[in-house]
Amino acid sequence: MSLATTQSIADIRARNKQLIEEVLKVYPEKTAKRRAKHLNVHQAGKSDCGVKSNIKSIPGVMTIRGCAYAGSKGVVWGPIKDMVHISHGPVGCGQYSWGSRRNYYVGTTGIDSFVTLQFTSDFQEKDIVFGGDKKLVKVLDEIQELFPLNNGITIQSECPIGLIGDDIEAVSRTKSKEYGGKTIVPVRCEGFRGVSQSLGHHIANDAVRDWIFDKLEPNGTPKFEPTPYDVAIIGDYNIGGDAWSSRILLEEMGLRVIAQWSGDGSLAELEATPKAKLNLLHCYRSMNYISRHMEEKFGIPWCEYNFFGPSKIAESLRKIAAYFDDKIKEGAERVIEKYQPLVNAVVAKYRPRLEGRTVMLYVGGLRPRHVIGAYEDLGMEVVGTGYEFGHNDDYQRTAQNYVKDSTLIYDDVNGYEFERFVEKLQPDLIGSGIKEKYVFQKMGVPFRQMHSWDYSGPYHGYDGFAIFARDMDMAVNSPVWKKTKAPWKETPRAKLLAAE
Amino acid sequence: MAQSAEHVLDHLELFRGPEYQQMLDKKKMFEDPREPAEVERIKEWTKTPEYREKNFAREALTINPAKACQPLGAVFASVGFEGTLPFVHGSQGCVAYYRSHLSRHFKEPCSCVSSSMTEDAAVFGGLNNMIDGLANSYNMYKPKMIAVSTTCMAEVIGDDLNAFIKTSKEKGSVPAEFDVPFAHTPAFVGSHVTGYDNALKGILEHFWDGKAGTVPKLERRPNQAINIIGGFDGYAVGNLREIRRILELMGIQHTILADNSEVFDTPTDGEFRMYDGGTTLEDAANAVHAKATISMQEWCTEKTLQFVAGHGQDVVSFNYPIGISATDDLLVALSRIGGKDIPEQLARERGRLVDAIADSSAHIHGKKFAVYGDPDLCYGVASFLLELGAEPTHVLSTNGNKAWQTKMAALLAGSPFGQSCQVYPGRDLWHLRSLLFTEPVDFLIGNTYGKYLERDTGTPLIRIGFPVFDRHHHHRSPVWGYQGGLNVLVKILDKIFDEIDKKTNLLGKTDYSFDIIR
Repeated sequence: MSLATTQSIADIRARNKQLIEEVLKVYPEKTAKRRAKHLNVHQAGKSDCGVKSNIKSIPGVMTIRGCAYAGSKGVVWGPIKDMVHISHGPVGCGQYSWGSRRNYYVGTTGIDSFVTLQFTSDFQEKDIVFGGDKKLVKVLDEIQELFPLNNGITIQSECPIGLIGDDIEAVSRTKSKEYGGKTIVPVRCEGFRGVSQSLGHHIANDAVRDWIFDKLEPNGTPKFEPTPYDVAIIGDYNIGGDAWSSRILLEEMGLRVIAQWSGDGSLAELEATPKAKLNLLHCYRSMNYISRHMEEKFGIPWCEYNFFGPSKIAESLRKIAAYFDDKIKEGAERVIEKYQPLVNAVVAKYRPRLEGRTVMLYVGGLRPRHVIGAYEDLGMEVVGTGYEFGHNDDYQRTAQNYVKDSTLIYDDVNGYEFERFVEKLQPDLIGSGIKEKYVFQKMGVPFRQMHSWDYSGPYHGYDGFAIFARDMDMAVNSPVWKKTKAPWKETPRAKLLAAE
Repeated sequence: MAQSAEHVLDHLELFRGPEYQQMLDKKKMFEDPREPAEVERIKEWTKTPEYREKNFAREALTINPAKACQPLGAVFASVGFEGTLPFVHGSQGCVAYYRSHLSRHFKEPCSCVSSSMTEDAAVFGGLNNMIDGLANSYNMYKPKMIAVSTTCMAEVIGDDLNAFIKTSKEKGSVPAEFDVPFAHTPAFVGSHVTGYDNALKGILEHFWDGKAGTVPKLERRPNQAINIIGGFDGYAVGNLREIRRILELMGIQHTILADNSEVFDTPTDGEFRMYDGGTTLEDAANAVHAKATISMQEWCTEKTLQFVAGHGQDVVSFNYPIGISATDDLLVALSRIGGKDIPEQLARERGRLVDAIADSSAHIHGKKFAVYGDPDLCYGVASFLLELGAEPTHVLSTNGNKAWQTKMAALLAGSPFGQSCQVYPGRDLWHLRSLLFTEPVDFLIGNTYGKYLERDTGTPLIRIGFPVFDRHHHHRSPVWGYQGGLNVLVKILDKIFDEIDKKTNLLGKTDYSFDIIR
């Protein structure tokens, strides 16, 4: 059991403040000054978490962040299943991001769906020296010939593209014309742009606006008859099937989901979204841009929601229903009621096993705040959280709706800081990524990957909550954590505390 | 509702039920899907010789390559030195990728930093990122050495590592005498095996040739030791330990260079060891005095061995030695160079491997195999298959070159079991898909990505290679040496027997062959 639960808020605040001071001591002066702005102890009632964010990472500190290419190809575009996404540049980027995000989809891979294929122009030295546009032309031709059922192509730029002055937009226009108006989307998501994945999301959103929405025929005939209940799921990447376990609830309450962005999504769904009556935004960070654009251009309102854990799910279902008539409002109540026995059974089974346990999070996108409610539904307490690539609006949402007083906040945390914080706070569970997983497990701390759901999932929706609860229980209460110390050696925690 | 607290269904089962299936059916109307008949027609077309011809005519597009980029290999080599922090100069996302990739394979942490260059650095160069980055890394992670390599961004803008590191030291980022070897590792040249080679050469050059002009070059005083280089290897943990065991049995004084067998296999006991084991910096320097350097993987060490030979050492290279003859050759070479006899224990291990093959070869004899992976691994696996009486049929290496092709062809020509085999350098797994459809084989050997080929073509996959993400812990067991050969034999046999059982388990239909003894 962690220390936090036995202390008062004031004690915890003082301890966390002191911890930040201690951690900053390791840095050269200039770095300490910069990092100090990203670490804080949350104070109840404040409008944000009191940290700076979306600022360049400091060289050499082992930031956990990725790049704009990861934000565009890896997050936003990659899951669109019927388009071919070219990792344009050297071989590595596409290789390392091949199939690792678990964006589930239904389709005949390699024939009409392409998510788990790695298409790359595999740049060689001569492409850098002489430019890669000619190669890109040929790549597009070869895709057309070998994958005739693709519905479109995106070009995901890797670092060299922007540095060698290639004109991928010109190539896209020319080839699109040649192929009878085929959708070909150039994306300027070179990895050196911006400070993290975040700018890649924005660039990818803008590419949808410029190369898909702006090319739609304004009075084109819809492919289906619109209804007053048409909505789109925005910012759900269907990791382990998340979008599916969300969609089923929306449809049960009487709405009709006409598009998924972008997990298990298709070009036709992107194109149909301007017909939606309401855009439902799950991952605000990665898709608020296109939601705002659709609001301005097409007058579609958008509504943030949270499908982690029964409290937030019920709150969200009601919030969504409020945009519609009584039929939908009743539908929302019906859905909440239908799943209540499942929720009760899950909580009855797992809450006693997890009550009072503390959690530290460090993730990207929406999860540093969105999953807090799900933990609380199980009686767990989040004592520290931070965003890999959040902006201030994320920290505002976190402060106003999610974290408790005196929670430790760490923006763009690095390996060193995260380890020190964990050593001191001694949480019962950490939720973060693959790069962190084994570090903390070595330290004997139970861990769940909260990007990939540790190869489990879905975690969204009521069905997902049961899986979430099961997984947190199996992490925290695995018998292996009682075996980390050889019986003939002293217990490490006691020693650590005594030394302090 | 299928979900329940008593029996929680996750993605493996949840979506199979009628509720989700109906939902997904309804979703199709918004997807504007292709006609099922058309999908079927194209699917069948991709299996034809005609498609294969078009597929092999590709000049620009790469699909599902079996290779990664240089800095991955540089990071892999660098963590094999004592207390060494790999520092990759360029965009930061790359480092996140290398760390994730290696962690997913080894199920271990992988520590590595980036100089986090962004747009301003693209314009003005990354000198300041190097100056700040080295200072931060040095203070935070207390390394004994920082090994620098580059992403393609830094290479395209032409950052000069030698000058940058010199300037950083002048600015006090790290002490003047602190070891900061470096290697330029452009992602648009070669592959991860090239990066391994460049990084290792960079580190040896640093210690042997005067630390970038800051100290006198080492004068070689030959001794009796042998240096061993493992090369880029997903089985490094098991293999390097096995090689050390063999050398200790033989009583040969040795240094394993870039020995990452500890750092990729640390215990869970309450302590995170960011650094563990590794070639000591002293040993790395003293390796110049060795009488010879042996590389276990020729195509991972071309430049390094040339450099080592230039310092007067004998150099010998192998090609991922799996099996009897490859291990025989290795031991004979070790015995000759090290001046030690091969102990009886190893002869007995050899005999056990021969014994195991004799017991089981009837099940492997004449079976056709496709093999893909790094050039040396392909060579090692293919040569073992020939020993087993199996028939390698397609051997493909995305990062294999003409010289590799020639050497592979010679190996195959030397065995009656290699006569029907074709070698494919520079090809990818989409090419291999066509090969498996048009010239089917019984089994496929390769890394995790081969599971897509297994699904599409029905060819059972035996996972040997890098990365293996979806099976656990195999990297802990060796595949080199007689002991390693036995492990590979068992991997192959297990798959063969599983397949036989799968094909003979229909009750009352095929189960007359569902034998209890095989």
